[in-house]
Amino acid sequence: MRRFLSLGLLCALLLSISFTAQAQSDSNPPDDPAALELLEALDVRSYPAKGEAITAILQSDDERARDWLQALLDGRLQRTDDGRFVVVLDNRGRDWPVADALTNEPLGDMSRRELDRIGINNALRNQLRSAIAVVDLYSPDVERRRSSAERLLGEVDEELAEPLGELITEEEDRQVQRRLAQALAIYQVESGQLEGVEALRGSLHPRARVALSRAASGEDPVIADAASEALTSIEQNLKINRGIETLYFGLSLGSVLVLAAIGLAITFGVMGVINMAHGELIMLGAYTTWMMQQLLPGQPGLALILSIPAGFMVAALAGIAIERGVIQFLKGRPLETLLATFGISLILQQLVRTVISPLNRTVITPEWMSGSLVVNDALSLTLNRMFVLGFALVVFAGLMLIMRRTRLGLEVRAVTQNRAMARSMGIRATRVDIMTFALGSGVAGLAGVALSQLTNVGPNLGQNYIIDSFMVVVFGGVGNLWGTLVAGLSLGIINQVLEPWAGAVLAKIIVLVFIILFIQKRPRGLFPQKGRAAEG
Amino acid sequence: MMTQSSSSQFWLTRPFGERATQIFLGVLFAALLLVTVLHLAVPQGHPLHVNAYTVNLFGKYLSYALLAVAVDLVWGYLGILSLGHGAFFAIGGYAMGMYLMRQIGDRGTYGDPVLPDFMVFLSWDSLPWYWLGFDMAWFAFAMVLIAPGLLALVFGFLAFRSRVTGVYLSIITQALTFALMLAFFRNEMGFGGNNGLTDFRELLGYNLRSNDTRLGLFIATGVALALGYILCRAIVTSKLGRVCVATRDAEARTRFIGYRVERFQLFVFVVSAMLAGLAGALYVPQVGIINPSEFSPIFSIEIVLWVALGGRATLYGAVIGAILVNYAKTVFTGVMPDAWLFALGAMFVLVTVFLPKGVAGLFRHLKRRKRDDGGDQPNSTPKEAAV
Repeated sequence: MRRFLSLGLLCALLLSISFTAQAQSDSNPPDDPAALELLEALDVRSYPAKGEAITAILQSDDERARDWLQALLDGRLQRTDDGRFVVVLDNRGRDWPVADALTNEPLGDMSRRELDRIGINNALRNQLRSAIAVVDLYSPDVERRRSSAERLLGEVDEELAEPLGELITEEEDRQVQRRLAQALAIYQVESGQLEGVEALRGSLHPRARVALSRAASGEDPVIADAASEALTSIEQNLKINRGIETLYFGLSLGSVLVLAAIGLAITFGVMGVINMAHGELIMLGAYTTWMMQQLLPGQPGLALILSIPAGFMVAALAGIAIERGVIQFLKGRPLETLLATFGISLILQQLVRTVISPLNRTVITPEWMSGSLVVNDALSLTLNRMFVLGFALVVFAGLMLIMRRTRLGLEVRAVTQNRAMARSMGIRATRVDIMTFALGSGVAGLAGVALSQLTNVGPNLGQNYIIDSFMVVVFGGVGNLWGTLVAGLSLGIINQVLEPWAGAVLAKIIVLVFIILFIQKRPRGLFPQKGRAAEG
Repeated sequence: MMTQSSSSQFWLTRPFGERATQIFLGVLFAALLLVTVLHLAVPQGHPLHVNAYTVNLFGKYLSYALLAVAVDLVWGYLGILSLGHGAFFAIGGYAMGMYLMRQIGDRGTYGDPVLPDFMVFLSWDSLPWYWLGFDMAWFAFAMVLIAPGLLALVFGFLAFRSRVTGVYLSIITQALTFALMLAFFRNEMGFGGNNGLTDFRELLGYNLRSNDTRLGLFIATGVALALGYILCRAIVTSKLGRVCVATRDAEARTRFIGYRVERFQLFVFVVSAMLAGLAGALYVPQVGIINPSEFSPIFSIEIVLWVALGGRATLYGAVIGAILVNYAKTVFTGVMPDAWLFALGAMFVLVTVFLPKGVAGLFRHLKRRKRDDGGDQPNSTPKEAAV
C-alpha cells in the first residue's frame, strides 16, 4: 500500500516538473524580439559598439544575460548561417553540439563551418569579466557571490563604486561583505581617499598590499603616511602568519617523524632490538594502501580507511616473520641483528621492485582529505597534513594506553626490565617478544598508510626515513615514548625553521650535526631512563 | 701463544714471525706476481692472458680489501661497529681526486688553467681556500691521510669521551656519513656536486689511461694492502692491541683496571680512518671518478658485510670477504642485475645467523675438527695426526 502511495507521489512530482518546464519555454517564445535585438547589437564590426551592447544586456534584467555574457567571453556565442544565435556547448572535435541562445533548446551537432563566432578583444574581455562578476553579485547562490567578490578585488572602477556601497549594506553573507568592502577600499585607496586606507589596515590580501604600497609612494603626504603606517602593521601581521605556517609545517614534518619513529621506539627503545628493516615495514604499509585502492577502484576514501587495519596487519605479520625467522637467533648480539635486518631491508626493497615496479605508485587522496583550511588571506592549512598530524597523535595515545594500561604493556615492561625474573613470575617471554615486535612493526605499517598521503610510494620510501627515525629515537631517549614524541615534533619544527635561510638540504645536515653533537653531550637522549631500567 | 714467542721483538716487525701473516703475505705477493706476469708476458688472445680491464678490476678489489682491513681493525679488535667508514674512504678519495683535477690544468673543456670545469660552469672566479695546495702531489698525498684522520679525531674524541658506544655509535656514524653525503651533493660545497670529480688525465705525470699505469696502480695497491695489513697486525699484537681487545670484551672492567679506554679507542679509530682514506685514494685513480655515492650509508654497511663474511677479528678474513663479495657483485651485476640485492641481502642474513665467524671461522673450524677427528681415531697414521 505504502509503495503505491510513494509511486503515486513520484509520478505527481515528475508531472509537475514537466509542467513547469513547459511553462518556462512558453514564457520565452522562440521569437523573442527584445532578446533578439540585444544579441543582434553584439553582431557588429565596431568594438565600442559591442561594448555598449554588453552594457545594454547587463541592464536588461534578462535572466539569460549571464549565460550570454559567459558564452561571449569563452567565444562560444556564435551565429549560424541562417542568422540564429546559438551557444556552443562543447567546442572540441570537428562537430560541435549547440543550443539555441534564446530558448536553450539543444539543436544537435553542427559543423564549425556553419557557425560564425562573435569576436571580442581584450578590453571587451575585461569588461565582460567585471560585468559577469556584477551579475553574480546579485546571484542567490552564495558560492557564486563569494567567487565574484573575490574577482572584484582591484577591479572596481568609478561606475561600480556606487552600487557596491549599497550592495555591501544589503549583503547577508559576512565573507562576501568583507570582500566587497575590501574591493571598495582598494578602489578608494587608488582614487586617493583616506577612508580606504583605514579600511585596508588589517587586510592581508596581496592586492590590498599592492594598492597600499602604491599609495605609500604617492603624492598626497597624508595618504602616503597613513598607507605606509598601515603597511607596516600588515607586514607585522604577515610575519606572525608566516610564523604560524612554519610552525604548522614543522609540526606536520614532526608528526611524520613521530609516526616513522614510534614503532622503532617500541622495537628498539623498549625491546632493544635494532631493526634496520623498519623503514621497509613503513613501505609495506604504504603499498598496502595502494593495493587497497587498486582493489576498491573509485572509492579511495573507503580504501584508505580499510588500509589502516590492513596496513597494520601486513606490517605486523612481516614483523613476526622477521622476528621468528632471524632476530630470535641473534638475541644479545645487537650489531649482528643490525646487519641481518639490514639484509632483510635490501631483500624487501628488491622484492617490491621486482614484484610491483621500481617506479613510484600514486595513492589517491580522498576528497575529504584534500584541499585546505583557509584561516585568512595569508594563511591556509592543508587538510591532509592536518589529518596526518591528528593520526600521529591518535596512534601515539593508543600506544601509550597499550604500554601503560594493558596486560601486554605490563608484561613487556617486566620482560625488558628483568627477563629472568619475569619468566619466573610466569610470563611467557618469547610470546611477549613476538607480540611486542608485531606491535612495533604494525605501527610502522600505520606510518606507511599515513605517509602514502604525503609522499610518493616507491621502493625507497622506507630507506629515506630509517636514519631519521633512529635519530628521533636516540634524541628522545631510548625506551621513552614521550621522548620520541617530543623529539620528533621538535626536530620537525627545527628543520622547518632552518629551511628558509639554509635551504632544505643544509637544514637537514645542520639537524643531523646537531643531533650528533647532542648525543655527545647527553648520550642517553632528552629523557634518559632512570633507575633499574637504565642498566644494560 | 704467538705473543709469547715474539713479545721481545720490535713491535712493527713482530707480525712477520706469525704463521698467518707469512701465509697471507706469501699469497698476496704470489697473486701480484702472477697477475703481473700473466698480463705482461702472456701474449694477448692467449686464454691465460690477463687484460688491462681485469688488472684494473683486481686493483679495485685490493683497495676495497684495504678498506675492509681498516674496518676490521675497529670492529674486530675494538668492538666499534662503524657504519661510516665509507666517509673516510670517500674523503681520502676526494683528496686524491682534487689533486687529479688540478693535474688536468688547461686541458679541460673550458680550458681554464686553474679552475676545474665544474667551477667554471658554476661561474666561480677563484678556487675556494680548501682547494689550495692540491696542485702539489706531496700536499695532496698528505691530505689523503690527514683529512680523514682529522675527521676521525674530532668525531672520535667527542664520541669516546662521552662514552658513546655500541649501537649508538653505529647509528651516529651512519648519520655522519649520511650528512656528509647530503653535503657533498650540494654544488655550493665546491666538490663537483652530484657528478663529483672525474675526467682525470694523469697521476704524477703517468697517463691514467695507459695499461702500464694501471698495472702500476694495481701493484701499488697490493703493496699498500700488505703494509696496511702488517701495521694492523702489529697494532693488534702489541700491548696496546691487547688493551683494545680487553676494551672490546669488557669496556667497563678495562676502565676500572685503570686504562684510559677512550684514548686507545681514539688512537685505533684514527689509524683505521687513515687507512680507509688511503684505500680511497688508491681506488679513485683506478675507477676514474669519485662522487658522493661513496658516502651513502649502504656502501658503508656493505663494507661491514665484507668483514663479517670473511671473518671478524682476523684481518685476513676481511681481505677474503672483500674480494669474495665484490667478485660476486661483478658477476651478479653482469649476469642478472636484479638478483644482486637479493643475494646481498641474503648474504647479510645467512652470514650473521649461520656463519657468525665468517669464512675464516669456517677454515679454523674445519681445521680443528680434522685435528679432533685425528685424535679420536686410534688407528690414524702419524702423518694425519700431525696436521
